[in-house]
Amino acid sequence: MKNPKLLIISVAITVGIAVLLSSVYVVNETQQVVITQFGEPVGQPITTPGLHFKVPFTQDANYFDKRFLEWDGSPNQIPTKDKRFIWVDSYARWRISDPLLFFQRLRDERGAQSRLDDILDGETRNAIARNDLVEVVRTSNRDPATIPVESEETNAALEKIQLGRQALTRQILATTAPRVKEFGIELMDFQFKRINYVDQVQNDVFQRMIAERKRVAERYRSEGAGEAARISGERERDLQRIQSEAYRTAQETRGKADAQATRIYAEANNRDAAFYAFTKSMETYESAVDAKTILILTTNGDLLKYLERPR
Amino acid sequence: MTIPGILPFVIGEQSDSIQLNLRRYFGTRAFAQADPSTPFFMEVIFMDHMDHEDRFGELAKFRIPDMSGFRPPPGSARMILTVVVALVVAALLWGSFYQIEPEEVGLVLRFGRHVRTTEPGLRLKIPLVEGVVKVPVQRQLKQELGFRTVQAGIRSQFSEPGQYKDESIMLTGDLNVAVVEWIVQYRVSDPYRFLFKVRGLEDTFRSLNEAVMRGVVGDRTVTEVLTVGRQEIETTAQQRLQELCDQYETGITVAQVVLQDVNPPDAVKPSWDEVNQAQQQRDRLINEARAEYNKVIPRSSGEAQQTILSAEGYALDRVNRSQGDASRFKALEEAYRLAPEVTRQRIYLETMQRVLPRVGGKVFLDQNAKGLLPLLPLNALGGAIAATPAAKTSGGSN
Repeated sequence: MKNPKLLIISVAITVGIAVLLSSVYVVNETQQVVITQFGEPVGQPITTPGLHFKVPFTQDANYFDKRFLEWDGSPNQIPTKDKRFIWVDSYARWRISDPLLFFQRLRDERGAQSRLDDILDGETRNAIARNDLVEVVRTSNRDPATIPVESEETNAALEKIQLGRQALTRQILATTAPRVKEFGIELMDFQFKRINYVDQVQNDVFQRMIAERKRVAERYRSEGAGEAARISGERERDLQRIQSEAYRTAQETRGKADAQATRIYAEANNRDAAFYAFTKSMETYESAVDAKTILILTTNGDLLKYLERPR
Repeated sequence: MTIPGILPFVIGEQSDSIQLNLRRYFGTRAFAQADPSTPFFMEVIFMDHMDHEDRFGELAKFRIPDMSGFRPPPGSARMILTVVVALVVAALLWGSFYQIEPEEVGLVLRFGRHVRTTEPGLRLKIPLVEGVVKVPVQRQLKQELGFRTVQAGIRSQFSEPGQYKDESIMLTGDLNVAVVEWIVQYRVSDPYRFLFKVRGLEDTFRSLNEAVMRGVVGDRTVTEVLTVGRQEIETTAQQRLQELCDQYETGITVAQVVLQDVNPPDAVKPSWDEVNQAQQQRDRLINEARAEYNKVIPRSSGEAQQTILSAEGYALDRVNRSQGDASRFKALEEAYRLAPEVTRQRIYLETMQRVLPRVGGKVFLDQNAKGLLPLLPLNALGGAIAATPAAKTSGGSN
């Protein structure tokens, strides 16, 4: 540069910009900041987002996350109280509630994660080992929906629980939350994400499920055969009933008619029994004789008496 | 080399992608001097959590020509300055406008602080100082658990079964195992919370889903899960998921949880099929028995009716005839009573008159003739002796 004035101005501008840049810092919605001066924390943590100022060069802004952060436990193989081995995969949400304390105790998130591992994994182990498997699986003593046949077979397997999944996770949360608080961490929530049988146990469970299914299948089959037999019995009974009822009704009807006819005849014929006998005999004669009949008549009768003597 | 007026833009911070894209924007040389440790106060553009659009693509379109090879001719310093100022003004103008698509809202951040939320349309902001994050609040978002759609289409392709077994395999309340696949549909109802309250929201939401579904399934028997309980599981899971989403301040509204394939584990599947088969078998046996019943009973009912009706017919016949006979006899008897002797005589003789011509053989005997009968050639008279069987048959056939 030929002009020394211009040189001075450019240097001044550069220095000015450098000072400005070093004295302002931006805090995001998701961030909080601890200001340190030569490594020593100064003042209260900054949690409001926006543009902030600090002493240039000597002070540093240390950023921390303000959001809910994840903790994902590694799957652990843990025996329950009733000696069943299961994989337990849990997770928790936490946040840095006191960035200053957090900064002093743990420095950064990596430190926090490893502390959380220690505390939460240990507490999970304790909780699982102290309880039966059902306590971890079920949440309530809710009665399952009744499914005919199936329910009768399976309900026996439903054990009652004392605590349940939700109460267990709350217990773990309640015991661990105070312990992480001294790291400036607030533990929000703890949940069992996955619970599975370890492979050998799983095979046994599958075998049990298969046996149980077979039992149900047999039940269905025998139920079908039984029902079919019942229906077939019903058929025979109904058949007999219908036929015999019809026979009875028919006979009753016939009998009544016979009785009525008998009454009618008797009533009419009683008017003159002798005459009835006479007329009926006459009718019978008419229908009884045919071409093959041989009639031997004597002249003694009314008809032929005139053959002998006209008087 | 420092371009006056541009310096405030170019201070990079943590984000590599910001640096990279600004390099594209300002040319490599211009950026080379920026110190990554210096704090920044430029336009911060966040990536959409769920939908990684290249927001910097728009910036890249506005490209300042690479000036690294540019040698200013002597005496043209004023002209260079003019061009630079014009470019800066253009950049500032460009940075003052932004557009919000119909399904989005924009969250305006001034130095990282949320100051206002804007609706769709063309909007203004203060360049350099304010930045915008767009959140698709109207869009229905979806997560798949236990499976993934590899390629959506008319015939969507799904991931290999068993590939995401860790997500889908779970314990039921009776300590059995079920494989449950489901999807969850959700919307962003509170974009502020959605962006700023939870880190790794997508993973958090996924974990929430898994925990909730296992909780719900863990409270039911395997039969319930696999058969009648689906609807109830969906609604319960949705409720609990929403509670947790609110507790975590995710800003997510869960629209619905939909169960997809719910199966017994592969090893157990054949025995479930066997149960189905047994059920079919039961139904078949019952149906067959019913069919047999139906084949016989209505028919025999009809036949019974027939028997009864025919008996009724008999009864009518019997009664009517008896009444007829009785009436006839009564009428006859009444007439007879007027002159009994003569009438009887008449009836007798008239009957004889009708009967005798039809008789095959007639023998008239004088009342005094005795012992004549054995002599009569009865067979020759064409008749049969009533006592012989032959006579009976021939008589019957007549």
